[in-house]
Amino acid sequence: MTAEQNVLSLTNIHKAFGGVVAIQDFSLNLKAGEVVALVGDNGAGKSTLIKIVSGVYTPTSGSIELDGEETSFSDASSARSKGIEVVYQDLALADQQPVFMNMFLGRELTKPPFGLLDKDRMRRESQELVDELDVRIPSASSTISQLSGGQRQGIAIARATHWASKLILLDEPTAALGVAETARVEGLIENLKKKNLAILIISHSLDQVFRLSDRICVLRRGQQIGIRETAKTDKNEIVSMITGVA
Amino acid sequence: MTRVTSRLNGLDFQQAVVYFGFLAIFLFFAVTLYDDGFLTQRNLTNIVLQTAPATIMAVGLVFALSAGEIDLSFGSIVAVSALSCAVILQDYPLPFGVAVGLGVGMGIGAFNGVLIAYLKLPSFLVTLATMGLFAGIARSMTNLRSIPVMNDTFTGIFGSGKLFSVPSLVIWTVIGVAVGHLIYRHTRFGAHVLATGDNPRAAQVSGIKVPRVRLYVMMICGGCAGLAGLLYAGRLQAAKYTLGESDLMTVIAAVIVGGTALNGGKGSVIGALLGSLLMGMLNNGLILMNLKVSDQMIVRGLIILVAVALSLRDSNR
Repeated sequence: MTAEQNVLSLTNIHKAFGGVVAIQDFSLNLKAGEVVALVGDNGAGKSTLIKIVSGVYTPTSGSIELDGEETSFSDASSARSKGIEVVYQDLALADQQPVFMNMFLGRELTKPPFGLLDKDRMRRESQELVDELDVRIPSASSTISQLSGGQRQGIAIARATHWASKLILLDEPTAALGVAETARVEGLIENLKKKNLAILIISHSLDQVFRLSDRICVLRRGQQIGIRETAKTDKNEIVSMITGVA
Repeated sequence: MTRVTSRLNGLDFQQAVVYFGFLAIFLFFAVTLYDDGFLTQRNLTNIVLQTAPATIMAVGLVFALSAGEIDLSFGSIVAVSALSCAVILQDYPLPFGVAVGLGVGMGIGAFNGVLIAYLKLPSFLVTLATMGLFAGIARSMTNLRSIPVMNDTFTGIFGSGKLFSVPSLVIWTVIGVAVGHLIYRHTRFGAHVLATGDNPRAAQVSGIKVPRVRLYVMMICGGCAGLAGLLYAGRLQAAKYTLGESDLMTVIAAVIVGGTALNGGKGSVIGALLGSLLMGMLNNGLILMNLKVSDQMIVRGLIILVAVALSLRDSNR
């Protein structure tokens, strides 16, 4: 795979629920190590698009290519098995379980000969992962409910990083966080770029979008308004694209 | 840091309730009822033997509660399983009776489970209804008669027998708790049960088959109730529709006192064993104290209330 090849290519994606058109003719290419932000007002179709890429919805028409190969997802598990991970807005963490069990939720490691849980290995690998990403938590055995909002977000992102081989979708990663915690999570997202993953991020904060993204893709009422290189645009242009007011 | 330590203390406190409660009540009875023979080996063995069916039911209930469900019907399942087994044993050899007894338990559990997992009905209401339904079936299947169990091998294995001088009911208790604990703490299924009760949406997006987990925990609960029914039938050498009828409150209390959360995601099989022994000890001690039945009920109710309040303290944190 060359660096220039697209990890994800969406071409002419169209999604309708009954007669209601949610996404109209959407096309986007994502390269490894690239961060693309998806912006738009409420109801613009951002979440629908995330759900299409993560396999929850099947597009009505259009094609999805992963590493240049046409694919389709029957459900979320099949998208995950192809290397796409989602960090949900509500994080999808089991609060009363330890960090390491959340890190391996649904994909627990076992050891022979009886197929019992290999808790030592899960604990060790989780610890290595949070250390590597510099998510500061007391230990991999801590219970999620003991952690702060930023630490939880860190765990959710670390989990996605561990399992994603191609693409991470982040849905409002810092919506519930304070200033300092937001800065830490943004640092974490920048680290992910270095791991050569493609990242698609939804955010309502334009400041954040300009800090993190390489390109910005604007949606309005299901229509793709345009894609801009972050370095070559400014907030005024993006705001007017979002609102449709020049 | 202090916040973390105080929370850790809180956790320890909750889990310790059952140990301290167990010890405190044991010591209290040991002193006050010393002359009445509370501490004799025979009396202590008796407590374990009497609680064996309740302990097995408690193990099953830990799974249901941890997955965020509840089973109120296990008492009725005990009666139906024991009666089915006893009826079969009248004409057929032992393996058939055992298979039917356990099969009926798991079958009713599966019936509950399908309604809960796939028709998405709340387990509280489903099992409240099936509790009545199967209590009625237990009464009608033998016209309120009790069925004697004459099969000596059966009453040996499931009741009064011994293996290397260890009573078989003790062996069943140990096996039930050990297997339950192993599955609960050390298998992927156990982890999925906890995740399902903790956050069903997270479990589902992580690829855990949540409905299947819900079906299986109800089947485990039913299967355990079926085994408890066999143990009752073996010990009493008869089956009757009243078996298991009075165990509902005791077993739920035992499980909660043992550190299992009523709303899922957290629990302990070992704790449920201790909770069950604690309830048995309480029963035994209050009888030895010569309290009237009505007074026993009052004292037991109050002690359960205190124990449950202590073990639930701080758990909505």
